Amino acid sequence: MATLQSLDIRRRSASNEAPPQIRQNAMEVAKLIDVSKCIGCKACQAACLEWNDLKQEIGYTDGTYNNPTDLTPASWTVMRFTEYEHGDDLEWLIRKDGCMHCDDPGCLKACPAPGAIVQYTNGIVDFVSENCIGCGYCVKGCPFNIPRISKVDRKAYKCTLCVDRVAVGQAPACAKACPTQAIYFGSKQDMIVHAEHRITDLKSRGFKNAGLYNPPGVGGTHVMYVLHHADRPSLYAGLPDDPKISPMVGLWKGVMKPISLAAIAFAGVFGFLHYITKGPNEVSEADQRKGDELAGGKKS
Amino acid sequence: MSENNVVSRYTTAARINHWITAVSLILLALSGMALFHPSLFFLTNLFGGGQMTRAVHPWIGVVLFFSFLGLFFRFFTLNLWNRDDTVWMKNLGAVINDREEGLPELGKYNAGQKLVFWGQSILILLLFGSGLVLWDVYFEDYTNIDQKRLSAVVHALCAIGAILIWIVHVYAAIWVKGTLRAMTRGSVTRGWSWKHHRKWFRQEVGKP
Repeated sequence: MATLQSLDIRRRSASNEAPPQIRQNAMEVAKLIDVSKCIGCKACQAACLEWNDLKQEIGYTDGTYNNPTDLTPASWTVMRFTEYEHGDDLEWLIRKDGCMHCDDPGCLKACPAPGAIVQYTNGIVDFVSENCIGCGYCVKGCPFNIPRISKVDRKAYKCTLCVDRVAVGQAPACAKACPTQAIYFGSKQDMIVHAEHRITDLKSRGFKNAGLYNPPGVGGTHVMYVLHHADRPSLYAGLPDDPKISPMVGLWKGVMKPISLAAIAFAGVFGFLHYITKGPNEVSEADQRKGDELAGGKKS
Repeated sequence: MSENNVVSRYTTAARINHWITAVSLILLALSGMALFHPSLFFLTNLFGGGQMTRAVHPWIGVVLFFSFLGLFFRFFTLNLWNRDDTVWMKNLGAVINDREEGLPELGKYNAGQKLVFWGQSILILLLFGSGLVLWDVYFEDYTNIDQKRLSAVVHALCAIGAILIWIVHVYAAIWVKGTLRAMTRGSVTRGWSWKHHRKWFRQEVGKP
């Protein structure tokens, strides 16, 4: 399955051709993760492995509840546990980490392989593995440190937002499995409205900085968090406070491309014009005679 | 023209060294450009597809680095800058208009050739260093993400610089007739030596 034909594509990596976009009424979808309702049971991780037919190898424990300790080519979502102590209080912050499905995806911007990363019109950013060349540029493009390159096939993997389920009207596997309904799925609009109810509730219970994480630096995301401390996202296992595509990546994948090709073309054209206007630089007969004179009878 | 009428310019070993460098630089430029600009991705077909291009590019880079290192140690003493080079550079306009008569007699290399030499030396060193940072298969764990992003920019910029210098280098060889045989046969004519590198020619024939 290359891409899902029933979904239109908004952006396609490393491609100049216009993608198919006849379906203009695509609804933008979003997953809303309510961190305040998560109990850290890892049902979402299990559901992700099961639906995507992945097997995470048994690893080791680093003394925390993080298991596995990081995202891997097989674990596209991981619960990250943070013990947040302030005053006499201890809060256990549990964030389900994974692809944020940025509206302006850095991975797609950085990818050099045509069609290896696509963004559907519903907002889902998906890796099309058969087109992936394993260069790791998506890792450099991502502001959230999400893609992982497999050591087995040198291809990049990450959460697909269960695009194959969404395309047939199903919610992602993690949302389906969550026992506390900490993961919602629906239109982005509905998810924002729903988050507002949750935030009002959290504020009424003393979390005065509760808020929605939908960072504008990447154009908003199609995975959003309800955070009790939205003023400090980095509390949640290093969630970026203000994620943006790195200016280095912007330069590399932006102005540098046309300017470089133009410089090379200019050098070629300059050489051509020089040759046809000045003609070749040839050795004259006088030069040849003087050269022979200098060498004299000597065999060089 | 009999072999008696030519001046030996490069040993066979030096020429093989240069050919290995030349071929690897062209392959690197093609495979690198393929991964740099989407419009040139089709060039990956020359290397057996995208994955193969990604896998083979760094290895060609290793060949180029060590091959160029050989050229560097062969020729760096001949490429040290001197006062005549400064005069030559000031008269670059006359040079590109093929009016070299008033300029100082030159040793084995003119200032333009020396700039090509030092330019490529610096850029290839930077390309090798930044290339290792980007070579995830072996070196992924040795650097952090900011260093990798910086390396991507440095690698691309240096590659463009090296390609531009290469264009100047190749064009000079095409423009200045009689040059290319130094690369293909190792020798140049007496007339060519008199016109372009007279001081070197005098040393070669032992008549300074």
